Amino acid sequence: MSSSASSSAMKSMFDPKLVKPAIAESFKKLAPQIQWRNPVMFVVYLGSILTTMFLIKSLFGKDEAASGFIALVSIWLWFTVLFANFAEAMAEGRSKAQAASLRSAKKNVVAKKLANESRESAVTLTDSNSLRRGDLLLVEAGDMIPADGEVVDGIASVNEAAITGESAPVIRESGGDFSAVTGGTQVLSDWIVMRVSVNPGEAFLDRMIAMVEGAKRQKTPNEIALTILLVALTIVFLLVTVTLLPFSMFGVSAVGAGSPPSVTVLISLLVCLIPTTIAGLLSAIGVAGMSRMMQANVIATSGRAVEAAGDVNVLLLDKTGTITLGNRQASTFIPANGVTEHALADAAQLASLNDETPEGRSVVVLAKNRFNIREREIATLGATFIPFTAQTRMSGVHLKDGDRQREILKGAASAIKQHVENLGGVFTADINQKVDDVARRGSTPLVVADGKVVLGVVELKDIVKGGIKERFSELRRMGITTIMITGDNRLTAAAIAAEAGVDDFLAEATPEAKLKLIRDYQAEGKLVAMTGDGTNDAPALAQADVAVAMNTGTQAAKEAGNMVDLDSNPTKLIEIVEIGKQMLMTRGSLTTFSIANDVAKYFAIIPAAFASTFPALNALNIMHLGSPNSAILSAVIFNALIIIVLIPLALKGVAYKAIGAQQLLRRNLLIYGLGGLVVPFIGIKIIDVALTSVGFA
Amino acid sequence: MFSNTLVQVGLFLTVLLLVTKPMGLWIANVMNGNCKIINRLGAPFERLIYRTLGTNPDTEMGWKQYAIALLLFNLVGVAFVYVLQRWQVWLPLNPQHFSAVSVDSSFNTAISFVTNTNWQGYSGEVTMSYLTQMLGLTVQNFLSAATGIAVVFALIRGFARHTSKTIGNFWVDMTRSTLYILLPLSFLFAIALMGQGVIQNFDVYKEVSTLQPTTYSTANEAGQLINQTTNTQTLAMGPVASQEAIKMIGTNGGGFFNTNSAHPFENPTPLSNFLQMLAIFLIPAGLCFAFGMMVGDRRQGWAIFSAMAIVFVVMAAVAISAEQAGNSILTASGADQTVSVSQSGMALQSGGNMEGKETRFGIVSSALFATVTTAASCGAVNTMHDSLTPIGGLVPMWLIQLGEVIFGGVGSGLYTMLIYAVLAVFIAGLMIGRTPEYLGKKIEIFDMKMTAIIILVTPLLVLIGTAIAVSVTSGTVGVANPGAHGFSEILYALSSAANNNGSAFAGLSANTPFYNTLLAFAMFFGRFGIILPVLAIAGSMAAKKRIPVSLGTMPTHGALFVTLLIGAVILVGALTFIPALALGPVIEHLLMVGV
Repeated sequence: MSSSASSSAMKSMFDPKLVKPAIAESFKKLAPQIQWRNPVMFVVYLGSILTTMFLIKSLFGKDEAASGFIALVSIWLWFTVLFANFAEAMAEGRSKAQAASLRSAKKNVVAKKLANESRESAVTLTDSNSLRRGDLLLVEAGDMIPADGEVVDGIASVNEAAITGESAPVIRESGGDFSAVTGGTQVLSDWIVMRVSVNPGEAFLDRMIAMVEGAKRQKTPNEIALTILLVALTIVFLLVTVTLLPFSMFGVSAVGAGSPPSVTVLISLLVCLIPTTIAGLLSAIGVAGMSRMMQANVIATSGRAVEAAGDVNVLLLDKTGTITLGNRQASTFIPANGVTEHALADAAQLASLNDETPEGRSVVVLAKNRFNIREREIATLGATFIPFTAQTRMSGVHLKDGDRQREILKGAASAIKQHVENLGGVFTADINQKVDDVARRGSTPLVVADGKVVLGVVELKDIVKGGIKERFSELRRMGITTIMITGDNRLTAAAIAAEAGVDDFLAEATPEAKLKLIRDYQAEGKLVAMTGDGTNDAPALAQADVAVAMNTGTQAAKEAGNMVDLDSNPTKLIEIVEIGKQMLMTRGSLTTFSIANDVAKYFAIIPAAFASTFPALNALNIMHLGSPNSAILSAVIFNALIIIVLIPLALKGVAYKAIGAQQLLRRNLLIYGLGGLVVPFIGIKIIDVALTSVGFA
Repeated sequence: MFSNTLVQVGLFLTVLLLVTKPMGLWIANVMNGNCKIINRLGAPFERLIYRTLGTNPDTEMGWKQYAIALLLFNLVGVAFVYVLQRWQVWLPLNPQHFSAVSVDSSFNTAISFVTNTNWQGYSGEVTMSYLTQMLGLTVQNFLSAATGIAVVFALIRGFARHTSKTIGNFWVDMTRSTLYILLPLSFLFAIALMGQGVIQNFDVYKEVSTLQPTTYSTANEAGQLINQTTNTQTLAMGPVASQEAIKMIGTNGGGFFNTNSAHPFENPTPLSNFLQMLAIFLIPAGLCFAFGMMVGDRRQGWAIFSAMAIVFVVMAAVAISAEQAGNSILTASGADQTVSVSQSGMALQSGGNMEGKETRFGIVSSALFATVTTAASCGAVNTMHDSLTPIGGLVPMWLIQLGEVIFGGVGSGLYTMLIYAVLAVFIAGLMIGRTPEYLGKKIEIFDMKMTAIIILVTPLLVLIGTAIAVSVTSGTVGVANPGAHGFSEILYALSSAANNNGSAFAGLSANTPFYNTLLAFAMFFGRFGIILPVLAIAGSMAAKKRIPVSLGTMPTHGALFVTLLIGAVILVGALTFIPALALGPVIEHLLMVGV
C-alpha cells in the first residue's frame, strides 16, 4: 500500500462521523454486564473501581499512598478500560455504517399478491412486511422486488446494485440457475411471477444486516481458545501480584526497613502484566474481520467460516467464469462449403458491430486480425442493429443497400437452424458436422446466417484469464492446492488445466463426483473451499468447509454456502482466504506483542515497588526512571496508550504475504515479538521523561 | 579453569548425545512390543502380571479410563508406603530397630515417593528400616518413573494416532516400562556403582575408630553447652546400590542417606558422579528420540531435544561461572578463592565457592550436578544448594520453576515440554494466519483449556504455598537464615515440591507437621494436576484427524521452532517467577556484590 493510500485509509479510519458515536459508546460500555464478557478487561475494570475507592478514602485522610498518585493511576486505569471499549466501538461503528447502507435498500413496498401462478390471476395489494413463505407475487418493470424468492414465470432484467453495488442489470428467469431474486432489488424491464421463499425477518438482507451489525456475532472457536489462554495468563499474574504482598511483608519484617508496596501499586502491576493489549482489541479484530469481508463484498453467515478460510488446503474452482473468461472468444472462422473464410469473417463482423458483449467484440477483433477488416460505422451503412432477446436468442444487423434488404444474424446452432428453416433455407449436414466438431473441442459454435443462407461457424474458445496463473502460484505458496472443476471432457480439461496452471482437475464433473471429491479430501484431514452458483452445486457447497455461493446463483446454492459473494466473482476466494488469515495473524501478533511487553514493565515496576525495602533492586531500573511513582505511572500510561495506538492495526489487520510459513513467522516474530520487547522500554522512558518534566515525582 | 569446564561439560554432552538415539530406539521398540527377542523373553512375566491384575493387554483404554487406572494405582501406592512406614517397627529387616515414622512424615514421604518427587523431610539412615527403603521407597522409585513413561507414551500416541478413541493400556505401559526399561538399566547401573564402591548389604551400622579424636559441643541435661570428645564413629550401612541406581535412572532423587549423592557410600568417585549425572538424563533424552520416531518424523524429537539441550547448556554455564567466581564477601574477608596450580601444572585448589561442596567433585562437577538434577526433576544432590552463590542457587531454583522441562523427569519432562510446544505453536500458528496445529493436530478449545490448567497448576501451588508459608509462624519458624535467603529457602521448598523435583535448599527445618502437610499437598497436585489434563489432551489429540503438511504449515522441526519453544518456556517461567526471584536470589546477589 502506498503511503498516500495508507494515510487516506487512516483518515477514513478515524472519520469524525465514526469517532464521535464511538466515544459515547465507550462510556455506555462501562456497564458491568458488558464488561463481564471480556474477563481480562473486567479485571482492569475492577482495578479501576478499587483504586477509585482508595482515592476517595485517601481524600478523607486514610492514605494508602499519596492521593495525587492514586488519582493519576485511577484515571489511567479507567482510560485503559475506555480505550478498549473505544476500539470495539470503532469496529462496530464501521460495521453499523455498512449495515445502514444495506438497510436503506430495505424499504417497505407494496406487493402485488397473486391468487395463483398465472399472471392474469387476481391481484391483491399487500404490504411487503406481511408476506409469508409461499406467497405468489407479480413484479413488473419499475417495481421493487418485495421479498426474497424464486421466479416461477416470466423473465426480466433486474438491477441488483442495492446489494451488489454492480450497476449492470442481470437477467432473472424461471427455472435453471438464474431464478433467485432478492428483496430490495428492482425489476427494470419485463415482468416476473415469483414465489416468496422466506418469512419476514429471515430474508437475505435481514441476515446480512444482522451479521454486519454484529448482533449475532458469536465468538469463533479460535477466539474462545485464545480467550482461555488470556484468562489463564491473567490468573497467573493475579497470583503473582497477590502473593507479592505477603512476600514483601516477610521481606520487610526480615530487613526491618521500608514498607510493602501499596495495593494501588500492586493493582498497577497487575493491570500492566495481564494481556490488556490483545484483550482490549480482540473483539475489535473480530468485528473488523467481518467488516473487511463486507468491503470485499462478501457476506459471511458465520465468523467460524471466516476463520476457517485461513486454514483452507484445497480450493475447488469452477472452470467457467473463474479460470477462463466466462465469455468465450472467437478463435477461428469455419466457413460452410462454398463460402470463403473472408466472406464469413466479413458477415460475422457486420453482425457483431453493435454487439457490445465480449463475444461480439471478440468476433470484430478476430476479423480485423485475420483479414484486416476494419470497423465500420453502422449508421453510414444504413444499417440497424437487431439486439439479442431472450426469445430469439440471436443478434445481428439489418442492412438496407438500396432496395436490397439484407439480414445477417448470428446465434446458437439451434436458433439459427430454426430461423433459416422458417425462411425456407437448409441447415446442411456439412454445417451440422462443423458445429459438432467445434463442440467436441470444448469450444462453443456460433453460427452465422445471411438471410436463409448459412455462411459458417465461428468457434468461440475458452480463454484462460490473464494473471490467473500467477494467482494460482501465489496460492501454492500459501500452501493451497487448486482443483479445477469442469463439465468438459478430460482432454479439453487437461489442456485448460495445464494452461491455467492449476494443480489438478476434475473433468466431466457431476454433482456426485464433486461431493465425493470434497469428502475424499476431508477424509485426508484437508479443509476444502469451493465456489458455486447452481442448484446442483448445493450438496457440494453444504459439504465444503468454506462454501462461497455466487450472489447470481440460486437460492439453494446461497442457503447451502456459508458465504455469499455479492460480486459473484469466483476468484474472490483468494481474498477471502487472505482476510481469514489476516484475522488470525492479527490476533497472534498482538498476543505476542502484549506478552513481550511485560518484560519491560517488570523492569519498570519491580524496582519501584520495593524501593523502600530493597534499595539494591534499583540496579534493575535499567531505564533510569525518575522516581518509583513516575515509573509505575509511566508503565500504566504506556499500557493504556498502546491500545489506542494499535487500534488502526487491529481494524486493518496485519498484512498477509504469501512467503511461506517459516518466513512469515520469522517476520512477525521480529516485528511483534522483538518489537514487543523493545517498544515499551522506549515508550515508558519517554512517558517518564514527560512526567518528570512536568514536575511529577 | 575454563578448559576444565569445557572438558567436563563437553564430555557430558557428547556422551549424552551418543546414548540418546540407542536409548530412544530401545524405549520405543520395547514399549510398542516391536522387539521380538524381548517379547519372547518377557511374555511369561507379562502374562503373569496381566493375569494377576485381571486385565486384557489387548484392550486399549480411552483417556478417562487410563486416567482412572493411573490415579487408583498411585493412590494404592501412597497407602502402601504410608502403612509400611507406620508398621516398620514390627516388620523384618530393621536391624537398627527404628520406630514407626510419624504420621505427618509418613504421609509426606508416601506422597513424595509416589509422585516421583522424593522430597525427604526425614534422614534415611536414622529413620527408615531396610524393608521400608527397599519395599516402599525403591519400589515407588520404579513405579513413579514407570507412571511418567506411561503418561508420555499416552500423549505421544495421541499425536501419532488419528481418529482413535484409545491411547493405550495403562497396565501394559506400566509393565513394559518397568520390566524392559527401568529394571535392566537399574540392574546394570547398580553393578557399575558397586564397582565404584557403593555399598549393598543388610548389615547393622558399624562402629569404627576415627583416626583422631573429635571434639564437639552438645547440650547437657541442664541445657548448657558442654564439649565432648569421641574417637568412634557410626557408619550407616544398607542396600544402597540397588536404590541408588533407580534413584538416578528414574529421576527420583531420594537418597538412601540424608546427604544424598554427597555421601561417599552413594557417590564415591568422580566417575560414579559422572555416571549418575548421565543416568539422570538417560531416559528423558531417549524419550525425545522415541517421540520423534513414533510421530514418524525424527526431526521433531531432535527439535525438542535441542531446545532442552540449549537451555541446559546456558544454565550450566551460568551456574558454573557463578560458583567459580566465588563469594565476593568471603574474598573481602580474606578467603582465598582463586585457582591454584602446582609448579608441575597440577591443580591444587579448585578455587571458587567451595562451601557445601565435596572436594572430590570440585566446582564444575558440583555446579553441573546441581544443574542436571534440577533441569531434570531428579532432586538428588551432591552439593548443598543452600550454600551456592545467589546466582548459582538461582539457576537450580529457576530450572525447577520452569516446570521441569529441560529434559525433566522420566516421562514428565517430555510431556510437560510437549504442552509448552502446544502453547508455543498456538500463538505462533496464529501469527502465520492459520488456526494452530501441532504435528497435524488442530489445537482447539478443549486442548487450550487443558493447557491453561497445566500452565496454572504449578504457579498456583508454588506462589500460594510460599505465600502461606511466609505468612504463618509455623512456616517462618523453621527458617534458618533471615531475610532474602530465608525467603529463597521457602520458595525453593515449595517450587521443588510442586514441580516434583525433591531437592531441598536446606536451611529450612521442613520435617514439621506444617511443612509435611503443605508440601505433600503441593507434590500431589503438582503431579496429578498435570497428569490428568495431559491425558485429556492425549485423548483429544488421538481423536482428531491429522491435517497433512503443506507449504502453509508451520514446520516444528527447525531452528525457528526451537527458538520459539525456548522462548515460550523462558517467558512463562520468567513472567511468573520474576517478582518472587527478585525478592530472593536476585536481591541476595545485589547485596553480595554490594550495589
